[in-house]
Amino acid sequence: MELHTLSIAEARKGLDDKQFSSVELTQACLARIAQRNDEINAFITVTEELALAEAQKADKRIAQGEVEMLTGIPFGVKDAICVQGVRTTGAAKILDNYTAPYEATVITRIRKQGAVLLGKQNCDGFSHGASNENSMYGPVKNPTDTTKVPGGSSGGSAAAVADNQCIFSIGGDTGGSIRQPASFCGVVGMRPSYGRNSRYGIMALASSLDTIGPFAKTVEDAAVLMEIMAGHDPKDATTVADHIPDYRKKSQTDIAGLKIGVPKEYFSQDGADQEVQERIYQNIEALETQGCSIVEVSLPHTKYAIAAYYVLMSSEDSSNLARLDGIRYGVQEVQDTLYNTYSNSRAEGFPEEVKRRIMMGTYALSAGYYDAYYKKAQKVRTCIAQDFETVFSQVDVLVSPTSPFTAFGIGEKSQDPLSMYLADVLVSPASLAGVPALSVPVGAASNGLPIGLQVIGPRLGESCVLQVGHNIFNNQ
Amino acid sequence: MSISRSDVEHVAKLARIHLSESEKEYYAEQLSAIFGYIDQLNEVDTTQVEGTVQVTGLSNIAREDMVMECSQDVVQDIQNQFPQKSCDLLQVKQILSDT
Repeated sequence: MELHTLSIAEARKGLDDKQFSSVELTQACLARIAQRNDEINAFITVTEELALAEAQKADKRIAQGEVEMLTGIPFGVKDAICVQGVRTTGAAKILDNYTAPYEATVITRIRKQGAVLLGKQNCDGFSHGASNENSMYGPVKNPTDTTKVPGGSSGGSAAAVADNQCIFSIGGDTGGSIRQPASFCGVVGMRPSYGRNSRYGIMALASSLDTIGPFAKTVEDAAVLMEIMAGHDPKDATTVADHIPDYRKKSQTDIAGLKIGVPKEYFSQDGADQEVQERIYQNIEALETQGCSIVEVSLPHTKYAIAAYYVLMSSEDSSNLARLDGIRYGVQEVQDTLYNTYSNSRAEGFPEEVKRRIMMGTYALSAGYYDAYYKKAQKVRTCIAQDFETVFSQVDVLVSPTSPFTAFGIGEKSQDPLSMYLADVLVSPASLAGVPALSVPVGAASNGLPIGLQVIGPRLGESCVLQVGHNIFNNQ
Repeated sequence: MSISRSDVEHVAKLARIHLSESEKEYYAEQLSAIFGYIDQLNEVDTTQVEGTVQVTGLSNIAREDMVMECSQDVVQDIQNQFPQKSCDLLQVKQILSDT
């Protein structure tokens, strides 16, 4: 049995039936990482010693019958999420030597169950990017075709799950950074509703948009992880206290009678791949066969989402990243004056895309431009959110492609930031509206690369999103 | 929207990012293209629309302003991150000049 290829549900069963130990499962993942990391580059830091110690502890727990869902299951974490006592770089050299003195709440919840940390995963620097080419630790390669990008920003987390280097990963999604790489790598990735999972401990990009969510091999696993991660956190004042449904159980219920919306704007993008669209339509037909009703709907402000997103995200980003100045932590470039110490530490320590976005945000917020850009974008955000509210009064979920195309080539878009930004055209609207969305792999295109289908639900409607996603996943 | 080299210099100064001469040209060109794209937001009539600042609907989330315990280990971990220190104090460059 190839232990590293197992899902959470399969690994749980094997551990509980004493077919193998957590140490054996962890060793299988570590061996896979050692074999593949030079090529795929999915991990920045591998915590081998810690992993084996945690696996031994997990085996003791299992022997004593103190088992929870994730006890003994090895996983990886995007390097923009803090794990206490572990090097956390954000894939930027300014934090090359940073060891997090605190931990993200969702990671603590997962580790309390006895999950085994394998290491920290490569991503675009400070989560800025859609291709993972903006990492100062080198690009991640798509495991299906190493000349292609894995998507971004959580590219290492998606690639590691796709390449069976871990059983699951935890990443972050601000404007599509879980769903788009999940789509490009052929794994399941979920962005929760904003406020459903605590953001405490993620390196803030855009605080009104950031979310933390799972990458998994199955939708069932994603539902399991959502149940563990979700919930109110006193350390994140934007988390909601609403009841956490039994996502796993609900995701396995019958979908007959559900109303599926097909947003026409998501199928009329310039440069969209016909083959991707046809695959999504085939899956929509399959839903109809199972008793769902299919309704064409319109989200008329979709075309403005990228423009609004980039103003709001970069504005919040430029404020958040002001804290990185090389003074209290990180790498300091010592200069003659304080100003020069700041500006040189930031110039040396940030990847190019981070500098670009900080300047965009600083410009959008600067005197004379604030109303024209920032306030205008906030109003357009309202229009986009209202589009979703309107359609969710007619349908239960929306189904679309996650990306208009399959994974693009490494270097193909990296010289043209605007074309890179437009890669997120189908994922950024849900981010602005704060609604949950899931990317489900629906097979490969003729070029061999994975295609992802996106299910979007109303605010806090994760159950229905997972229910439809689970059904689609099982029909492949 | 055209963003000039001097706009870039101004913004980079506000953002505390040192740029080389060639970077200033490079970013001026790119930011012009990006903000040119962003200008399409003006097509949307938002005269009757309120801006969205957050999507949760929560308001006035407050907590007691209490001093929490912090273990010496964590204090040490934080101090260990200081790029420059004197004993256990963070050392920084002079902020106010003598003149």
